[in-house]
Amino acid sequence: MKLNKKSKDNYITYAIVMVAYLIFQILSATGNLSSHMTGLLVPMTYYAVIAVALNLCVGILGELSIGHCGFMCIGAFSSAFFSKLTENVLAWPIRFFLAFVIGIAFAALFGFLIGIPVLRLKGDYLAIVTLAFGEIIKNVINAFYIGVDGNGVHFSMKNSMELNMEPDGNLIINGAMGITGTPHNSNFTIGIIVLLLSLFVVQNLINSRDGRAIMAVRDNYIAAEATGINVTRYKMMAFVLSAAIAGAAGVLFSHNITTLTASSQYFGYNASIMILVYVVLGGIGNIRGSVIAACVLYLLPELLRGFSTYRMLIYSIVLIVMMIVNWSPRVIEKREKLAAKIGFGSRKKIAR
Amino acid sequence: MALLEVNNLCISFGGLRAVDDFNITIEKGELYGLIGPNGAGKTTVFNLLTGVYKPNEGIIRLDGKDITRKSTTEINHEGIARTFQNIRLFKDMSVIDNVKVGLSERFKYSMIEGILHIGNYKKVEKEMDEEAMKLLSVFDLDKERDTLAANLPYGKQRKLEIARAMATNPKLLLLDEPAAGMNPNETGELMDTIALVRKEFGMTILLIEHDMKLVSGICEKLTVLNFGRVLCQGETKTVLSDPEVIKAYLGE
Ligand SMILES: Nc1ncnc2c1ncn2[C@@H]1O[C@H](COP(=O)(O)OP(=O)(O)O)[C@@H](O)[C@H]1O
Ligand SMILES: [Mg+2]
Repeated sequence: MKLNKKSKDNYITYAIVMVAYLIFQILSATGNLSSHMTGLLVPMTYYAVIAVALNLCVGILGELSIGHCGFMCIGAFSSAFFSKLTENVLAWPIRFFLAFVIGIAFAALFGFLIGIPVLRLKGDYLAIVTLAFGEIIKNVINAFYIGVDGNGVHFSMKNSMELNMEPDGNLIINGAMGITGTPHNSNFTIGIIVLLLSLFVVQNLINSRDGRAIMAVRDNYIAAEATGINVTRYKMMAFVLSAAIAGAAGVLFSHNITTLTASSQYFGYNASIMILVYVVLGGIGNIRGSVIAACVLYLLPELLRGFSTYRMLIYSIVLIVMMIVNWSPRVIEKREKLAAKIGFGSRKKIAR
Repeated sequence: MALLEVNNLCISFGGLRAVDDFNITIEKGELYGLIGPNGAGKTTVFNLLTGVYKPNEGIIRLDGKDITRKSTTEINHEGIARTFQNIRLFKDMSVIDNVKVGLSERFKYSMIEGILHIGNYKKVEKEMDEEAMKLLSVFDLDKERDTLAANLPYGKQRKLEIARAMATNPKLLLLDEPAAGMNPNETGELMDTIALVRKEFGMTILLIEHDMKLVSGICEKLTVLNFGRVLCQGETKTVLSDPEVIKAYLGE
């Protein structure tokens, strides 16, 4: 089978992810993975997934979003709510699958609602609106009290007493205390599968009619319009898909944590900026780079905890090196030449 | 019936009447020149024809159909494609992908087929590749198919812009100062390309040009614009010998 450069490039990305997966699995099976390290594996996958989502928005669509963790938050809460509700009704594989469907659908819906007013505008309004969205959604969820009993669903925005539930009622969202006891269905294997699926969707999209239209809008929307591209439609398509994938990351998140709260630590402005750092350092528009950057930059500070004195120093050096590797024109040129020599296509051809 | 019929087109920016009572009739297959000094309103006419600006007054008919209030995207679908005075390529995309963007209205498959690479995806992509390569070879760009548009030399960027416009299969092609910034060599080559486009595709072309010599060589008809108003229009020979035109344009 003869592969063209682009599909070869995609397969390299999948191969890198699978090799990394095998290495961690072998380390784990041979007892070489500390329990601390094991606990980092699922978060690593969901950060890689949301980095892919954000790169679709920033690198492929060319719209800056600085509230992407807000979509992760939506995905996390909607799916956790569903899983708590159906915990004793459905078998876990079906329930977890449906949790993904729900988390993704809700995140996509919010992406769509935000997109309607904002994506028709030209300029950096999306950055401002997503920033506000990320902050607002946290505060709104923190005020929700939702419970279920024999009489149905009870809702309040004051406190759990206001729900007036029967004594056997099930309090699902407890305001700022969030959702406790979501079934722990996420694991490293499922995380990797979700990551591979996100990569599959985004990389295939880039090499399709719709993906080219999206990148045309990014590169020059005036020319795109004059070439018959419906700019708003393609902006919406890319943004909703990006929100949906961030929602999937949220599902992994909420099914990996005992108490899910809409806290700033996970869903706030800083968290969103951290994902943006992964995307920028991995190379804007470079999907594979986002995955690598997210994994390395997430694991590194955790792994360096032992060397507390030099931890931030090493971390900064890694940031600088990544920036040079991905952004210096000379290094990019050298890297491409090297890649051509080995026989790999240039990944920069896809975008950027 | 004329291919393009424009009546009484007007637009003002603030107090400035950039285009005032503009009329033009272009028949199928014609190569028509729109000339005039800098700032006369030529590019503004293109922006009106392609829906970038909405006119204050006037009617634009393409093939008898009123397209005056349509969006830029719709107008392209109706059959007007254009290039820009300051080149606007999809610069971070490859040469062939620039052309394939232009093909995407005619070669379709669903988003799902595109994301999963199933169904019609392979077949349609292959057809697109073939069609794109055909176009690129007309413009002598086939060897650069995988080059990033931004990395093309200037003259080839101009050609790629025309190729991309042609990919949308237009009835009317608008070229905004295609020779701007070119050396005499490149200009000569461009003229050959334009002649080729007419021959190969029987294309109707409206061309803005600043350089009078160039225009008089290839255009059958001319409209001269000055301060937003039509100064003179008709057969090239007649227009060029008009004393008003000589005074306003050549005499400067
Ligand atoms: N969007 C705009 N806003 C304000 N003035 C404009 C705009 N577009 C064009 N103009 C003005 O209209 C006049 C004609 O411009 P243009 O059509 O670009 O001339 P040219 O014949 O050189 O292509 C100029 O005075 C220009 O400043
Ligand atoms: Mg102009």
